[in-house]
Amino acid sequence: MIKVKINGQEQSWDGDPDLPLLWFLRDEAGLTGTKYGCGQALCGACTVIVDKEAVRACITSVNDVAGREVTTIEGLHPNGDHPVQKAWRQVNVPQCGFCQAGQIMQAAALLMENPKPSHDQIREAMSGNICRCGCYQRIENAVHLASTGV
Amino acid sequence: MNFIDNHRKLRGFEKHIRVEKVSRRSILKGLGVTGGFVLAAPVMSRQAFAYETGAGKMPHGVVVDPRVFVSVAPDGIVTIVGHRSEMGTGVRTSLPLIVAEEMEADWSRVKVQQAHGDEVKFGNQDTDGSRSTRHYLMPMRQIGASARTMLEQAAAKRWGVPATEVKAVNHEVVHSASGRKLGFGELAADAAKESVPSIEGLKLKDPKDFRYLGKGQVGIVDLHDITTGKAHYGADVRLPGMKYAVIARPPVTGGKLVKFEPDEALKVPGVEKVMQVRGWPWPSKFQPLGGVAVIARNTGAAIKGRDALKLTWDDGPNGKYESVAYRKELEEASRKPGLVLRQEGDADAALKGADKVIVGEYYIPHLAHVSMEPPVAVADVKGDKAEIWAPVQSPGGTREDVAKTLGIPEANVTVNVTLLGGGFGRKSKCDFTLEAALLSKELGAPVKVQWTREDDIHNGFLHTVSVERIEAGLDKSGKVIAWRHRSVAPSIASTFAAGTVHQAPFEIGMGLVDMPFEIANISCENPEAAAHTRIGWFRSVSNIPRAFAVQSMVGEIAQATGRDQKDMLLELIGSPRIVKPNVKDLWNYGEPQESYPIDTARLRKVVELVAEKGEWGRKVPKGHGLGIAVHRSFVSYIATIVEVAVDDKGKLTVPRVDTAIDCGTYVNPERIASQIEGAAIMGLSLAKYGEITFKDGKVQQKNFDDFQVVRMDDSPVLTNVYIVPPGPDTPPSGVGEPGVPPFAPALINAIFAATGKRIRALPIGKQLEA
Ligand code: FES
Ligand code: FES
Repeated sequence: MIKVKINGQEQSWDGDPDLPLLWFLRDEAGLTGTKYGCGQALCGACTVIVDKEAVRACITSVNDVAGREVTTIEGLHPNGDHPVQKAWRQVNVPQCGFCQAGQIMQAAALLMENPKPSHDQIREAMSGNICRCGCYQRIENAVHLASTGV
Repeated sequence: MNFIDNHRKLRGFEKHIRVEKVSRRSILKGLGVTGGFVLAAPVMSRQAFAYETGAGKMPHGVVVDPRVFVSVAPDGIVTIVGHRSEMGTGVRTSLPLIVAEEMEADWSRVKVQQAHGDEVKFGNQDTDGSRSTRHYLMPMRQIGASARTMLEQAAAKRWGVPATEVKAVNHEVVHSASGRKLGFGELAADAAKESVPSIEGLKLKDPKDFRYLGKGQVGIVDLHDITTGKAHYGADVRLPGMKYAVIARPPVTGGKLVKFEPDEALKVPGVEKVMQVRGWPWPSKFQPLGGVAVIARNTGAAIKGRDALKLTWDDGPNGKYESVAYRKELEEASRKPGLVLRQEGDADAALKGADKVIVGEYYIPHLAHVSMEPPVAVADVKGDKAEIWAPVQSPGGTREDVAKTLGIPEANVTVNVTLLGGGFGRKSKCDFTLEAALLSKELGAPVKVQWTREDDIHNGFLHTVSVERIEAGLDKSGKVIAWRHRSVAPSIASTFAAGTVHQAPFEIGMGLVDMPFEIANISCENPEAAAHTRIGWFRSVSNIPRAFAVQSMVGEIAQATGRDQKDMLLELIGSPRIVKPNVKDLWNYGEPQESYPIDTARLRKVVELVAEKGEWGRKVPKGHGLGIAVHRSFVSYIATIVEVAVDDKGKLTVPRVDTAIDCGTYVNPERIASQIEGAAIMGLSLAKYGEITFKDGKVQQKNFDDFQVVRMDDSPVLTNVYIVPPGPDTPPSGVGEPGVPPFAPALINAIFAATGKRIRALPIGKQLEA
């Protein structure tokens, strides 16, 4: 039996310990905010925060996060008012929105580590997250806004 | 909330930022963040407009009925139905916003409800062809005006005054003579009893009183849900007792399963069942390809189970499809005469007599859509009833196809439309939905079929592959006197009809026969090409190769004659006029020529506007270059300037993009800007990386590592969008797709300016590194 804390709640799993965290979150725990885009750590759609680090849930097994704390988009802020989320809304970032949970989690992790990232640092840190709709200009603007205060 | 104000402040767009002179540091410190869009002037015509569109000719046409689209609750909440699919264009916001505008509803008290697939009830729901605003601006205004009129009539009756004395203003009806007011909620029950006014008698709002239309000051309706993980996509549907499935499909189009061994798959923890899925013979239209499904308690287990399957396939007639050889075939075909589609003057003779002939042979490979959400669908089939939840661009067509595939009446099929995690044309084809329906029927349980990214790339409906060959004949003065364009590409029609070797009218109408240049001798030809894989619509479709070829050729002519690209372009476009190509039944995106002619004045205008705002001719640093291109598609006019930088190792970056769009009368400029910003990224992706290749009939790419798309670190640093203010009565035209075609040729022309290298085959890949 694997125990993991997700958004502050204890969850347990007694199935395949190698099950990617992504599918545990989405299909077993019902937390569908975290998305599947590639399954190979290439797109960032599945990004969650484990302890304080951005992690790709598609290549992380449930076993890998045993005893650790996982934060998903649903748990980033109780009312959805994390500075990154607020900035995203002010800039009206999303098009289809499918990549955005991963983008927001990545941006939140970036700001935890580096509260005032430069233009280049934002572009580099966010480059693991694909947006096929092409919202990059707005994502960059929103991260910048979140870092300077919404 | 006021988005645009925020946006403006953020981007400081009053002053166009010259990126090349501003260090990255100072952009961040001094100017805030960059990029933005500009409305060149006021936005709406003063009168109600009178124009015809092709909306009525779409399957099931248009329904203008407030009882279908609008409901008002006693608490005043107005619910407006969005009947088109939201895949990122903002249509779920923009169409209801039009209704709210006309009915004087307060947007903060409006809820949007997604329509299920029912075209008899809602009218056509195919969300493709950049048609939604174009076809529905006027119907949505009429629906809103009808609802407003009914509310006003109800209030007038209640007060016993003539309806002409009352007026709906911001969610209430007022009788100014007596100062009485009634909220929409208080009038809801009575208004519902009023008869629906005739369309002819409706009074539409004066555009000068618009609060929302043309302003772009509201956020998209799903903004909060998207940023909090609550937005509901096809992939997010969960039903009690639902099974999770992935399918192993034939690796070659037209291939068949010979045998499968399920034993190892069944040993994977969580796997419950392995079963065959019915496939249809090629060309299979939107029907499933067939294969073997692995059913499990979660998607992860299903994928692991599928990896353990042992499968034997018969590759069928397309097992030899190979991209290098196919390209040669297309090139050879392009060098011989083909089916003549447009002929004006005598291009053969003029080319023979020309002082100089410039030949460009351009290659544009297959592309995959790779919408961020791969195809996915949930079906629950019970007896002769089926319920579907899916991210489909064609809810009506999906309903029809599910009914046909299961052999049940259409009335027994419910198609719930979720949000789409991107579409780009892929989700116009409902094969994934049919797979789920077939599996659910057999299992007797709800099923979700999830395509992996690899499935999406291996078994898609790809963008065609083409060779575009243009010969331009010049006289002694450098004037272009002859133009022959041969376009060779497998047609989308091949997915529906075996033996198709020519392009369909809707394909040749995308930039081949509608070419707008003022040239005396023109020949447009289409040599034969057979398809060996499924071809489908991809955002902007055949306009991608056509604009690439035509606009690259403009650059080549400028290059050969030593003229400025923009001047050359304007010279070729020629005088302001309506172009009437000598083509039988010219396809015009389904629109009547009277409302949507090929208007070179508008084409010139976007070139001139982008040249002015985008500072064409500005001095750029060494290694940088500017390129320009213009293209009419989806009856809109778009011109783009790209600034490129190529370093000494051949690494390419894009410091700045400027695009001007004339899409007629518009609704939501903020979303137009986002579509155009996104189109630049998609254009850069396909130009820089986009290529699907085949070997032994199989797609060679798998995922985002070998089918790359642009990421933030190589996206344009600054993208500016300029929207041409519409003239009075200019009908609305497309936005979702037309931003894509001009990008690649503008980039290629810029690369020539920067490096002196002319690229004629996409993607650019390593070509600059040599
Ligand atoms: S799904 Fe995990 S990185 Fe793409
Ligand atoms: S908003 Fe559609 S993929 Fe990013």
